[in-house]
Amino acid sequence: MAKTLDKVDVVLVGVGWTGGIIAAECAKAGLKVVGLERGNTRNTADYVMVHDEYRYAIRYELMQDLSRETITFRNTRKMRALPMRQMGSFLLGEGLGGSGTHWNGMTYRFLPYDFQIKSMTDKKYGKNKLSAEYLLQDWGITYDELEPYFTKFDKTIGLSGEDKNPFWGKRSEDFPTPPMKRTPILKKFEDATTSLGYHPYMLPSANLSQPYENPDGESIGACQYCGFCERFGCEYGAKSSPEVTVVPTAMKTGNFEVTVHANVVEVMKSGNKVTGVRYIDTQSGAEYIQPAEMVILTSYVLNNAKLLMVSKIGEQYNPDTGRGTLGKNYGYQIEPGTTGFFEEPMNVFMGAGALGMTIDDFNGDSFDHSDVDFIHGASITLSQTGVRPIQTNPVPPDVPVWGAEFKKQSILNYPRTLSVYGQGASMPHRENFLSLDPDYRDAYGVPLLQMTYNFTEQDRNLHQFITDRTAEIMKEMGAKTVVPGNPISDYDIVPYQSTHNTGGTIMGSDPGTSVVNNYLQHWDAENLFVVGAGNFPHNGGYNPTATVGALAYRAAEGIIKYSKNGGSLV
Amino acid sequence: MAEEQKGLSRRDFLKTTGIATGALVGGGIIGGLVGYNVKKEDKALQGTEQGGTPTDATSVRGLMFFRNPHDFQVLSQAVERIFPEDDLGPGAIKLGVGYFIDNQLAGNYGSNAREYMQGPFFAGEVTQGYQSRLTRAEIFSQGIAKMDEEANKRFKKSFVDLEGGQMDEIITAFQKNEVEMKGVSSEFFFRLLRQATLEGAYADPIYNGNNNMDGWRMKGFPGHQMAYINVIEEEKFQKIEPKSISSMQH
Repeated sequence: MAKTLDKVDVVLVGVGWTGGIIAAECAKAGLKVVGLERGNTRNTADYVMVHDEYRYAIRYELMQDLSRETITFRNTRKMRALPMRQMGSFLLGEGLGGSGTHWNGMTYRFLPYDFQIKSMTDKKYGKNKLSAEYLLQDWGITYDELEPYFTKFDKTIGLSGEDKNPFWGKRSEDFPTPPMKRTPILKKFEDATTSLGYHPYMLPSANLSQPYENPDGESIGACQYCGFCERFGCEYGAKSSPEVTVVPTAMKTGNFEVTVHANVVEVMKSGNKVTGVRYIDTQSGAEYIQPAEMVILTSYVLNNAKLLMVSKIGEQYNPDTGRGTLGKNYGYQIEPGTTGFFEEPMNVFMGAGALGMTIDDFNGDSFDHSDVDFIHGASITLSQTGVRPIQTNPVPPDVPVWGAEFKKQSILNYPRTLSVYGQGASMPHRENFLSLDPDYRDAYGVPLLQMTYNFTEQDRNLHQFITDRTAEIMKEMGAKTVVPGNPISDYDIVPYQSTHNTGGTIMGSDPGTSVVNNYLQHWDAENLFVVGAGNFPHNGGYNPTATVGALAYRAAEGIIKYSKNGGSLV
Repeated sequence: MAEEQKGLSRRDFLKTTGIATGALVGGGIIGGLVGYNVKKEDKALQGTEQGGTPTDATSVRGLMFFRNPHDFQVLSQAVERIFPEDDLGPGAIKLGVGYFIDNQLAGNYGSNAREYMQGPFFAGEVTQGYQSRLTRAEIFSQGIAKMDEEANKRFKKSFVDLEGGQMDEIITAFQKNEVEMKGVSSEFFFRLLRQATLEGAYADPIYNGNNNMDGWRMKGFPGHQMAYINVIEEEKFQKIEPKSISSMQH
């Protein structure tokens, strides 16, 4: 029998970036907020011994325990979905800070084109640029409407960068801190792309170029370029993450409490409102009901969708009929790129998660798509994140993968290899979606989420186009051997690609084609908000966090407004 | 070292303890056998010849997973072929890769503790990833036995008694998925073995591989360093003496 706790104003499911932002804003506004986090608490002191590639990057110390919960996966509806038994293609977070603890800190705002992709594409290229199989839609909000929230997120994290990219949206204020260091490795990319006529700029970085105090009074340190960022926490508190910014801000108000080891299994609904959540204390096994005036789903993309499905809130998307919105428009990204082998050794082991330079000459609608068989594009980047020896054993294609020659070549080429890669946008397709698995269950007896996903023609065409561009850049950079990546065929859940999963709980202006409105308020339950990259109707050509952060600030404003007046916010 | 100081040679020690010499591959049990004059024909000691493990009492290595020292020796020889000693520096045996793998198999890695291991099990497509009911510990046990079995089949010898080229032939057969295994493909075992070898060569020495940080030294990776902020703008490649994360523990 579940024990019912005292009612609170706001209950959050998950305390990462979205939960932290909403906690800080709501708690500052005087609302009583409880955050339920299924992992443990953690902070900067826990990262003192983090420079350990094996434990953190290979054995996934900070990631989700899949023995308790995973997803099932199939490429198409004809296949039997099977559990993702080991982490691979993407790395799910767990614990206070969520993936915001072990992200790289690459912080791009999605392009103005992204938010109005359907109308802008139709207008410029006609309605049939992509076939009807692609469920392209506008986001129900424009870049200009979202701009103040982007700026707010920039200031919270102290974003380091330079406003010299001609292709991105107008910024109302300059970056809070200057860009990171232009290292010799970055300059190779800068020189090559400049001489090719492109427009390189320093990657906006949440590893800060200098110490910074944010508007909430939180201090963020200066990055030391130690080379342990992605998959690690920052022992300097120099990578903006929830546990050094919004979580302490929320805590200071006295209005925020975090309950750890609390795994939410159901959102409770009565009529057209939700009443709270049911969770399991993963240590005692005891069940609790946390009643709340408002419920905010702030876990990862996949779990937000799953919780709505198991709680039967909203209509499940059906690919046969096209009806239903929940689980629709699941998206990912493609990673076209080129590896280059150089003569001279470089300091590749030094770096920072978001140390890099990027061009957007082939992203969004920066270039004319009339003569190509895809839309959108990719940011193209050279990043110096710091490469480590277990994961990085580069050899030219004709070298065997083990034995004497492998050892010699992998050691020789370790400091002599660079890669230039794209993050290719992902267009929603009617056959790519999320649903509940009928067979497999998690440790609490709840069905696993099922993912049906494959790359499409659009992905393959875009991948080839961007691969060619990256090869040209690598050649211009002076690599002695240039090895472009292979074309993509079927999506494979095994090799790491990107933790930029999107969709499933998409936003929009029409309840018939979206799950939440542009305040991320659920169309079917006005006191329920669903926040995260699951709101993206398609995935853009950048890392998602800035856009997620902006949407979370927008949602927080809506939640505070709703707490006063109730009703639909749109 | 301790035994020598007491006037007891290692060979005497081996004799008096009654342990077959092959039991001491890598030298972890009684300390390293660096410099120990092993006769060419003494194949059983081939692994220990290259011991290279630290000998002070605070860093003794030992077997936590393999029960039969012969199995451990098969593993050691196989990983040495994957990552051999050469003029750049030590191979897998001297780096302690065998101990690294053994020790990992005894823990979360070996029991797939943080992975979804509930049934039902189906083979699935390649794109769906690992779908076996076997743990890594079970795969290694089976795979190592299979390597020896394959050696006997092809050459009428144990794997550890083969010439290098013969060992390579067997490893290649696994890589090409030509060896039948239960519940898992031999190609999968090969990939697991190769990956574990690289992990053992390059993980922090706290995990009992990467002996003396020589894996890092060969590769020019400085391990755990607090900061590169003062040198990251240098054009020239920086040679930095590596440090282990254990330096942060005291």
